[in-house]
Amino acid sequence: MEKLLTVENLTVDFVTDEGTVHAVRDISFDVFPGEILGIVGESGSGKSVSMYSVMGLLRETAAIDCRTLRFDGEDINPCSYPDKKAYAGKMQEICGKSMAMVFQDPMTFLNPTMRIGKQLCEPILNHTNLSPKEARERALELMRLVGIPSPETRIDQYPFEFSGGMRQRIIIAIALANDPKLIIADEPTTALDVTVQAQVLDLIRDESRRLGSSVILITHDLGVVASLCDRINIMYGGKILESGTDEEIFYQPNHPYTKGLLSCICNPENDDAQLQPIPGSPPDLLQPPVGCPFVDRCEHAMKVCKLYMPEHTELSSTHRSACWLNELAGRGEHRD
Amino acid sequence: MTDTKKTQFVLTDDLFEKLHEDEKNNEFIAVSSKTYLQDAWHSFRKNRLAMVSLVFLAVMVLLAIFVPIFSPYTYDGQDLNARNALPSLAHWLGTDKFGRDIFVRIMCGARISLSVGFAAAFINLVIGVVYGGICGYFGGKLDMILMRIADIIYAIPSMLYVIMVMLVFGSNIFSVLLAISVSGWIGMARQVRTQVMSLKEREFAQAALVMGASHNRILYKHLIINCIGPIIVNTTLMVPNAIFTEAFLAFVGIGISIPQASWGTMANEARALLQNYPIQMLWPVLAISLTMLSLNFIGDGLNEALDPKKR
Amino acid sequence: MTDTAKILLEVKDLKMHFPVNKSLFSKKQFVKAVDGVSFEIREGETLGLVGESGCGKSSLGRTVVKMYEPTSGEILFDGKDVTSLRGAELKQFRKDAQLIFQDPYASLDPRMTVGEIIKEPMVIHGLYASDAEREQRVVELLQIVGLKPDHIRRYPHEFSGGQRQRISIARTLALEPKFIVCDEPISALDVSIQAQIINLLKKIQQETGIAYLFVAHDLSVVKHISNRIAVMYLGHIVEIGSSNDIYCSPKHPYSIALLSAVPIPDSVEGKRKVRIPLHGEVPSPLNPPEGCPFCTRCPHADDRCRKERPQLHEVAGRQVACFKVTE
Repeated sequence: MEKLLTVENLTVDFVTDEGTVHAVRDISFDVFPGEILGIVGESGSGKSVSMYSVMGLLRETAAIDCRTLRFDGEDINPCSYPDKKAYAGKMQEICGKSMAMVFQDPMTFLNPTMRIGKQLCEPILNHTNLSPKEARERALELMRLVGIPSPETRIDQYPFEFSGGMRQRIIIAIALANDPKLIIADEPTTALDVTVQAQVLDLIRDESRRLGSSVILITHDLGVVASLCDRINIMYGGKILESGTDEEIFYQPNHPYTKGLLSCICNPENDDAQLQPIPGSPPDLLQPPVGCPFVDRCEHAMKVCKLYMPEHTELSSTHRSACWLNELAGRGEHRD
Repeated sequence: MTDTKKTQFVLTDDLFEKLHEDEKNNEFIAVSSKTYLQDAWHSFRKNRLAMVSLVFLAVMVLLAIFVPIFSPYTYDGQDLNARNALPSLAHWLGTDKFGRDIFVRIMCGARISLSVGFAAAFINLVIGVVYGGICGYFGGKLDMILMRIADIIYAIPSMLYVIMVMLVFGSNIFSVLLAISVSGWIGMARQVRTQVMSLKEREFAQAALVMGASHNRILYKHLIINCIGPIIVNTTLMVPNAIFTEAFLAFVGIGISIPQASWGTMANEARALLQNYPIQMLWPVLAISLTMLSLNFIGDGLNEALDPKKR
Repeated sequence: MTDTAKILLEVKDLKMHFPVNKSLFSKKQFVKAVDGVSFEIREGETLGLVGESGCGKSSLGRTVVKMYEPTSGEILFDGKDVTSLRGAELKQFRKDAQLIFQDPYASLDPRMTVGEIIKEPMVIHGLYASDAEREQRVVELLQIVGLKPDHIRRYPHEFSGGQRQRISIARTLALEPKFIVCDEPISALDVSIQAQIINLLKKIQQETGIAYLFVAHDLSVVKHISNRIAVMYLGHIVEIGSSNDIYCSPKHPYSIALLSAVPIPDSVEGKRKVRIPLHGEVPSPLNPPEGCPFCTRCPHADDRCRKERPQLHEVAGRQVACFKVTE
């Protein structure tokens, strides 16, 4: 299948007063047309930073190094542009049109002093030749699409007159404005209540199906991922540790971190199972471990894990995992 | 690519031994521990202008202390043979119309100006922090009444206090201080009040309340300590204000009385000779402006270094 | 927990109304955050309190530990009404009842070292004779929550969220309380850390017999840690009962909708689950509906629901506040 987004060897560093934070370290992944890809990780795992660098949204303090970054047949690798201006121009053309973003906190994304209608029309006017009147029609249509009651009156209201769930719907409407090929949703439901979360997730799924667009869903919530995603990448300490289809991740997890994550969430369905927490805290990305980032919290940690980062092992055509245990199994050795 | 990388590793069997629990460091913190003030000093040092100003101010303070002690001249010693002299080796900055050494007088003036500045800032600091802290913490009716009193004091022109104080207590350094402090603390009180009001809603203050801490403890141990940044900045910026007010009062003739030297009185005396000896005007004006500039730069530097948004 | 354990905390018809719009000229309005709530917690028991944002669950938790003065109602702790406590008795209550906050980034004083933070409650209550003994206790507490003794001189901002929450638990434990209100203690934390905190809280309960009021919006977590669950909506408890009853067969229409929305961390089950959508928005707590608080969104609401407020009554082993639920 033709790939929609290709990311190869992406590395992002931030220079701070305390030192260099290695937020994303050499990750590669693809997104295929029409699929929903979940990127799961804890805070500080680099999941948001990697997506922000794809969209060119990181600030000047970020140093991005990347071998390949292609979206829809176009090169959007910041390293291959001679100057920042050319890159910014390219991104302006793509962002909001064929690639759109849904943010975590709708209140910081929406301008509190601007009417909803105007904010909805902005991306339409920027990327199409529609007249302001036609754009307003389109805005109304979008509001109806995302399930906002009586859009004719609400279009002239301000963001504070909307509830949290309604604001998130507006954000999604803005993202859908130009029928994007890729929607990147950064924790779209974290700020919402469960009942509203369920509605917003349904909306994202239905709309992406309707448009045939791909979705990258960044989240820390495995429950959200389970109900939505086709494929899942597990990130930890700035690296992708495991990737596979939803069933592979949930039913045949390979990496000890993935297994740990699954055993430390409360599954209300299987009752009195004792939670198995992962001991310790995530690695400090100022001085990330040289080897596997999970080594200090892993119950199977070996000497080799401290020294070298394992390569990804292909477990099936869709399932890859980076763990030395696979190498060990391949050697035919068995420990007690 | 994968294969070439793999060959770099020498994978011996002993590498696949299990790691002992002690070899894992899963509560590791990479940042070195620094207190708030250490951190602030670290970023203050990076501000070139503020550092130069700090050095200038330190030199000024040292000169103000030692020059009048070790100099052969005194601030009121007249030498009628060397009136209105230009700068020379004997008199570094020249002499005035009575033949008094301007360098020594500037340094005596610095003693008065700087001590007025710092003392006024200190008084305002104490009154403002206590008043603002109480208003912000207890709120309600008490806050309403206290803040309206402050508003009234603030609404009356400060010149009025100054003239009244001077009439009652005479022209000396203490009445100047009193005059500056009558309304000077209000800005500080307002700022501390807003800070305390927002901090007391923060969870660590509420946690202290639930633990059973007394109001005093919450106010001083948790709230005021946490607005130390704006307090320091505000105090630093209050010093040049007070220095300027003192100089202004001396210049218009209602501050420190002659023959005592203050930068304001010196500028006032030099005014008469501006046509013939403009250089005499230069020195006090230069002293006032450089000191005020450096204090303002230090204040800006501190503002940046102590900015809570940074962390 | 068994029903025979002593009742530690009993709340009767508690109301907490916050005044808004304090201007001189307009009529005073009240946000009815908690509007007539009754429940009890036994020694060594965990009561889970769930509901969506704005339902008043946090206000209830905070009122119970007397962070606010309740508008009306009684809070009986160990048989004594704490709403009227002053002075030494209040201080004793402050020692026995503690609160763990949601946001570990805001609940620790940024200018204090970890040692000073954990020591503070002991200093306030004059526990232990010398500073050296207190220091020793701090080290013990740090070990209980799984931190290292050499963390004692560090500042909160150097720690991660989970580590901070453990520091704040250590501070709470310093007073050896009988009752802790956990106000969404894990919702700001990462998944792998949440389990650490839950297990830590459970371990502490097993060792010391502490009672918890566990406030959260995450139903699966509440189910895991609680003996009983209370579901709150718009300042009222709409259903309260044992956690299995509530979770497996909720009766109140709101509980049913809330439970159907919980995502299941399972790729097949999660996609198959049928959700019961709730329409409309939560009414403003400034002027809640006259009758049942849920009548504006309830699919079964009729005239009686809009006029009359249903009281909690016993149905199938739990208490439900709904006219339509009789069996």
